[in-house]
Amino acid sequence: MDAAQALADLTEISSQIEGAVLAEADGKVLASTFSQGVRGEDVARAAAELVRAAEGTRVQDAVGLAQIQAATPSGSVFVVRDDARFIAAITAPEPTVGLVFYDLKTCLRLAADGAAEHTADRARAKKAENGSSTARKSTKRDSDA
Amino acid sequence: MSSKTATVAFVTGATVATALWRRRRQRRRKHVDLYFADGSMISLADGTPEAGRLLTLARDVLTAARP
Repeated sequence: MDAAQALADLTEISSQIEGAVLAEADGKVLASTFSQGVRGEDVARAAAELVRAAEGTRVQDAVGLAQIQAATPSGSVFVVRDDARFIAAITAPEPTVGLVFYDLKTCLRLAADGAAEHTADRARAKKAENGSSTARKSTKRDSDA
Repeated sequence: MSSKTATVAFVTGATVATALWRRRRQRRRKHVDLYFADGSMISLADGTPEAGRLLTLARDVLTAARP
């Protein structure tokens, strides 16, 4: 499943999530549910900044930060991340925290599986392409001889 | 104690209790929870410098998402 499909499924399943963006660790957007008026890049950049700041709160311990919930009276911001990417979502005030985290983790896992599949497909295609070009070269050499 | 005095004391007490409850509830609504890979969690309550910075950044995310 690709990133956009994973996000579409997420917002369909979870009624509490108003919008979400899936991005690489550096903030590059992979998919977003926000309309064009709201730029997914801005949300991803702000969320990446939040993650960086949150990482600095536990300097004495090397264990990685996995999830964030920042609750404000106007709504909550959730971030779930793995080694390569993160997903940031916003909800109305006082959401069901466990459910939102569960849905976000599922979405991130599906997106990661999709990315791994895509990489494997590309590697297979490249290998097949190299194989066919080698075969073409050897055929050409045979005909020249 | 007259019934009037008792009523005034009750109303005053209820008002103060409501105000304190609202204040506490408002404070609890603003917090940041950080979950780490080892399963540990830190909850930063509003009023601490770390929570203040993170809540500001969270508001930036909300503002970007809801222009």
